[in-house]
Amino acid sequence: MAQQSAQRPRPLSPHLQIYRWPVTMATSIAHRATGIALSAGTILLAWWLIAAATGPDAYHVFAASAAHPVGQIVLFGILWSLAFHFFNGIRHLAWDVGFGFDVSTANRSGVAVVLLSLLAAIVVFLLAHGVLH
Amino acid sequence: MGTQTPLARVEGLGAAHSGTEHFWRQRVSAVALIPLSIWFVCAAVALAGADREAVVAFLHQPVNAIAMALFVIASLHHSVLGLQVVIEDYVHTEGWKLALFLCNQLFAWILGAVSLFALVKIAL
Repeated sequence: MAQQSAQRPRPLSPHLQIYRWPVTMATSIAHRATGIALSAGTILLAWWLIAAATGPDAYHVFAASAAHPVGQIVLFGILWSLAFHFFNGIRHLAWDVGFGFDVSTANRSGVAVVLLSLLAAIVVFLLAHGVLH
Repeated sequence: MGTQTPLARVEGLGAAHSGTEHFWRQRVSAVALIPLSIWFVCAAVALAGADREAVVAFLHQPVNAIAMALFVIASLHHSVLGLQVVIEDYVHTEGWKLALFLCNQLFAWILGAVSLFALVKIAL
């Protein structure tokens, strides 16, 4: 008896890829992912400060790395992460004090945060390159 | 709540024995990082592509040095708290969890010390 029931395939609960991702789920996962990315970004912040404190040669290495296409992609990624974590963090703080926690508002604010963070990241990136003045 | 002793109820620390301490610190650092992040992005935009002299001159200003120090401290504090929750959620082996908690804390302390030393060296 016991062996029979062990051999019969048991029902499996559906995993992540089965579900249609709700906006709130996607933004929650992205909040965590961007938080981890920003934690790694503190290494670059430390590098920048050390390079500035050390001297022209050390700073040149940092500046050249930042200007390199790979550096630019990394910096844009960190910038977008910061923008997303910033706006979504404010969304979380609003929830903490009881605002906007119903499903339809949370869905709409989630979409707004994604669009706003992308827009902010692009504008700041262009400003940093002196494109918009 | 029914099985709690009166003392436990007064202390309000719950099963983790730390109450809302972690939650509260996370929120305080989050609120602090709202203005600090805006300031940092403005500073980064202003200094993007600048040479070392410009960066040093900027951080030589006491207001900028202090704001940058606050940004570093608040960021690392917020990061340690956030990564701790990530570790708690995904690492279930007691030994690994402890090791990663240690790494998380020590890494932040080292990064903070190095960053602040660099700032002091520039600012003074």
